[in-house]
Amino acid sequence: MNFHAVRAIYLFELARSRRTLFQSIASPVLSTTLYFVVFGAAIGSRMQPINGVSYGAFIVPGLILLSVLTESVSNASFGIYLPRFTGTIYEILSAPISAFEVLLGFVGAAATKSMILGTIIFLTAQLFVSFDLVHPLWALGFLALISITFALFGFILGLWADGFEKLQIIPLMVISPLTFLGGTFYSIDMLPPLWRKAALFNPIVYLIDAFRWTFFDFASVRPLTSLTMTLAMLVACVAVVVWIFRTGYRLRS
Amino acid sequence: MESVLTIQKLTKTYDNGFVALKGVDLAIRRGEIFALLGPNGAGKTTLIGIVCGLVRASSGKVTVDGFDIAENYRAARRKIGLVPQELSVNVFETVWDSVTFSRGLFGKASDPAHLEKVLRALSLWDKKDSAIRALSGGMKRRVLIAKALAHEPEILFLDEPTAGVDVELRRDMWAMVRNLRENGVTIILTTHYIEEAEDMADRIAVINKGDIILVEDKHKLMRRLGQTRVRIALTAKLEKIPDGLFDRPLTLSPDGTCLAFTQMGESDARDDSLARLLKTLVARGIDFSSVQSTQSSLEDIFIDLVGKSR
Repeated sequence: MNFHAVRAIYLFELARSRRTLFQSIASPVLSTTLYFVVFGAAIGSRMQPINGVSYGAFIVPGLILLSVLTESVSNASFGIYLPRFTGTIYEILSAPISAFEVLLGFVGAAATKSMILGTIIFLTAQLFVSFDLVHPLWALGFLALISITFALFGFILGLWADGFEKLQIIPLMVISPLTFLGGTFYSIDMLPPLWRKAALFNPIVYLIDAFRWTFFDFASVRPLTSLTMTLAMLVACVAVVVWIFRTGYRLRS
Repeated sequence: MESVLTIQKLTKTYDNGFVALKGVDLAIRRGEIFALLGPNGAGKTTLIGIVCGLVRASSGKVTVDGFDIAENYRAARRKIGLVPQELSVNVFETVWDSVTFSRGLFGKASDPAHLEKVLRALSLWDKKDSAIRALSGGMKRRVLIAKALAHEPEILFLDEPTAGVDVELRRDMWAMVRNLRENGVTIILTTHYIEEAEDMADRIAVINKGDIILVEDKHKLMRRLGQTRVRIALTAKLEKIPDGLFDRPLTLSPDGTCLAFTQMGESDARDDSLARLLKTLVARGIDFSSVQSTQSSLEDIFIDLVGKSR
């Protein structure tokens, strides 16, 4: 195991977000704050509590994930796309480092950033609403699992993309809408039966539902089912990554 | 002499069907400066790419100091440093961070003293805290070399290192290359400036259309294929070449005022034919006004070889 190399990539990636601190941390925190102000404080005060939880508190887990999902994908995809685009990837390809170690560096750094971001949004939310965290260890576990899964997905995206447009289109046009429709602002139990059934095809529903369960101890889908779905997504991403490295797809001609 | 890099029957066909290498065999000796010459698209960069891990070979075998680049890629790659042709470097980083990253990537524990030595040798030490984007093109090229040397490689690949580089930097760079060779580093370079290969290299290979068409010691090559054309301008016109004037094929220009012959081999070869001819001319009272000799350069040899293989 080339620990020096994993460390080098990991630190390089974290340094990259230090250079782009506003984009990586400040901007998601600002947009989340706006959601709290609008939906939590302004509109939320007119809404009835859901399962005994105030609306402002109810949306917290979903809002954390909204940022964590998009940032995991963006960070990891930019992390690997940028060296491909600028040509500096030659150094990684010529280094005595395995595909797994490359992945560990890039995905590890992206997931770390997402978890830091999630924690910052969690703390920011505390300023606006009071809420419990019933299963803190599960919350941390889910956050880690989700961050890693979506960082892996971002890594795949960064390899697949052949332009900056494709990099931005997936978080913007796929992840963001699915997260909105995945129950960030409502419980899927509030939907008409047909729509509720349709929502179950949205994988992000399970993530938000499980994450919300760790906060408030209630769920629309059984937490174990959600955990299985999350793990399945992780396995799917790992499988694609393994295939990429086996074939050298978009890395080695 | 012992080989540090062995390439056997190496082929590469790209997905689009382009055949870049057609069964290359090459052995690089430890500690030599080896120049790989070839026109654009000859396969130089593909060859380097395969050895360094950027390109997958279609077939064939490459070993670096005995380690197979596929089966034992870690051990093989640790020994290699690559300076790419393009100025590919993360411009937002500082010079110091960039070389530190390179060393870590190649699995070496940090060693600020070594990195300082490398940066000083490349006149980059006072720029170590500058962001790379603030450096000139030549300085960026130095950074790439520093990155390639950060992990103390035993073999250094320089792919067109002096393309677009000013005279001063070229001189510095070659001084550094010689210095590295003195420290036992094997250097493999590709260049368009053939006079550089002529100045620097111990051995020269010529690659064209995916085939190595020649590998030879530079001096032997110059002796074997180099020519010196000697022309003697006469003060009075000659009708024909006098009998027994010279023991080599001699030509007389149509106007009868210029004698010429070709000497084979390197210019400084111990060949006294010109002196003998001049003495004979003096003895026979044939007066001349000037003697001109032109040597063929490696470039002429190269153009000739590549032309023939077309």
